[in-house]
Amino acid sequence: RGHQGVDAELLEDLEEILITADLGMKTTQQLIQSLENRLDKGQLKDSATLRAALKEEIRARLANETALLDTESAKPFVIMVVGVNGVGKTTTIGKLAHQFARQGKKVLVGAGDTFRAAAAEQLEVWAERAGVEVIRQESGADPAAVAFDAIKAARSRAADILLLDTAGRLHTKVNLMEELKKIRRVLEREVPGAPHETLLVVDATTGQNALVQARLFQQAVAVSGLALTKLDGTARGGMLVAIGEELGLPIRYVGIGEGIDDLRPFDAEVFIEALFSQDG
Amino acid sequence: MFDNLTDKLDSVFKKLRGQGRLTEDNIQQSLREVRLVLLEADVNFRVVKDFVANVRERAVGQEVLKSLNPAQQVIKIVRDELGRLMGEGQDNHLDLAARPPVPVMLCGLQGAGKTTSCAKLALKLRREKRNPLLVPADIYRPAAIDQLKTLGKQLDIAVFDSRADVDPVKLCTDARQFAELNGYDTLILDTAGRLHVDQELMAELQRIKQALQPREILLVADAMTGQDAVNVAESFDQQLDITGVILTKLDGDARGGAALSIRAVTGKPIKLVGLGEKLDALETFHGDRMAQRILGM
Ligand SMILES: Nc1nc2c(ncn2[C@@H]2O[C@H](COP(=O)(O)OP(=O)(O)OP(=O)(O)O)[C@@H](O)[C@H]2O)c(=O)[nH]1
Ligand SMILES: Nc1nc2c(ncn2[C@@H]2O[C@H](COP(=O)(O)OP(=O)(O)OP(=O)(O)O)[C@@H](O)[C@H]2O)c(=O)[nH]1
Ligand SMILES: [K+]
Ligand SMILES: [Mg+2]
Ligand SMILES: [Mg+2]
Repeated sequence: RGHQGVDAELLEDLEEILITADLGMKTTQQLIQSLENRLDKGQLKDSATLRAALKEEIRARLANETALLDTESAKPFVIMVVGVNGVGKTTTIGKLAHQFARQGKKVLVGAGDTFRAAAAEQLEVWAERAGVEVIRQESGADPAAVAFDAIKAARSRAADILLLDTAGRLHTKVNLMEELKKIRRVLEREVPGAPHETLLVVDATTGQNALVQARLFQQAVAVSGLALTKLDGTARGGMLVAIGEELGLPIRYVGIGEGIDDLRPFDAEVFIEALFSQDG
Repeated sequence: MFDNLTDKLDSVFKKLRGQGRLTEDNIQQSLREVRLVLLEADVNFRVVKDFVANVRERAVGQEVLKSLNPAQQVIKIVRDELGRLMGEGQDNHLDLAARPPVPVMLCGLQGAGKTTSCAKLALKLRREKRNPLLVPADIYRPAAIDQLKTLGKQLDIAVFDSRADVDPVKLCTDARQFAELNGYDTLILDTAGRLHVDQELMAELQRIKQALQPREILLVADAMTGQDAVNVAESFDQQLDITGVILTKLDGDARGGAALSIRAVTGKPIKLVGLGEKLDALETFHGDRMAQRILGM
């Protein structure tokens, strides 16, 4: 290519950073291509403007920056939490319950994972820490029935917020995705407009599969927002950029630890800076 | 879906038909495709770089074999190299040849599938006529002990009666004593999920290792892991000298490049793979199948 040697090298370094941060090949190639075009046009004079341009492009791909949930918009405001196995759904619910309760809201959590061993017990521990009530049934019960109980309880007890946990499931398992649709339908039927938020939890250590996950969960249950967990490790969670671009989903929260306070609103600037930081 | 690697390479070599040798130039082009396929499968950047360099070295200047077209020939080299990197021929059996009770420790990041894999492993060992004792040593995650006890009950396999207010090292040594007294021949230690950079918790694993000298220390890793897999595996291996890997959640559609990354940076074999949430969904690892999967073939 026509760029000076230093440019080519710099582009290679940037490509490495993007790939290593899990932005995925498609996004990485698009970003690098766009930088090359702008270099050709002489728009980027030095490495600092190049980097700045790259960050800008990434920024543009992350949709809906202010993505705070307006939980006042409905009562009960119903949040259904979904995602593949082990990403941090139950933990995120615990943290959210705590945050909402601290804001003085009446919160209820529904133990919609009736499959995984001790899933309800795990949620109960979190609920106790957050000081909120759990609606649960026996292990092995129909999760849609738990959803029904939970939303009825939320209404009759005048709860402000209902957080519904669901079992982890791979997006490729058709019957399990059908089960999730059924749970959603129950919520819809019981409270018009519910679920007001369908929160997909994505693990920051996930590679390019995260985009497929988001796509299929969105198709099945109309995901409306994302939570990115485990950002306290060395993974950067770069797949969020592709998810943001393709699906236009807002990122609501990031998980940064296993403690009850380790959940933050998503901050695009912080996220992008971390993609480029050398440590960790 | 994208074209598979064969199609891509075929098109690279279209112009080459009838020529006798793989040239620098078409090798270079085909390796660009190979690189892309591997990166799309989440194989680590550095690992891909080394891999491609090795393949290049082997391919350049080679005669085009009569039996294969150039694309097939490059693919053959790629697969051979991939197989080698994946530990083809390396023994990946669990080594439990020690005086009972033989401790096996599972460790890894949060949510990777350790607790589930402990139960699966116990079932597998019982089927092999061993008498395992499951040991919950995760005192941090809410209901982690409960989870393993529930799984043990489902399988009718004994679970040590751990309590969350006891130090994990003591839990493990107590469990060993219990196993000795009650005739269990294998201890399966379920440790808490932790970050490889969490010094305090990594030190805890080192203390468990010190105290029990596990025959197998298995890193449990999620097949959906991206580029970070190398950091995690390298770090666990450096701190614990792992003996192998269990790769979980391969029942999904992730290409599983993590397998290659982990194998490449640690040199340790992948011993078992998790293929579902059911407790019998644990199988022996096959490098050749994994290579095909990573290549999308
Ligand atoms: N380091 C770290 N660990 C987390 C975070 N969020 C969750 N975890 C841990 O990840 C593991 C899995 O979390 P869960 O909340 O059980 O995940 P889940 O999605 O509900 O799992 P399933 O219900 O089995 O699908 C637990 O050990 C959590 O403590 C986070 O932000 N950072
Ligand atoms: N689909 C699928 N799910 C799996 C597999 N192995 C484990 N899981 C699921 O992954 C989730 C996490 O599994 P756990 O066994 O709790 O993981 P862990 O590593 O013990 O988690 P922590 O103790 O919180 O660190 C659960 O929902 C399991 O059912 C697998 O091979 N395939
Ligand atoms: K994971
Ligand atoms: Mg859960
Ligand atoms: Mg566990």
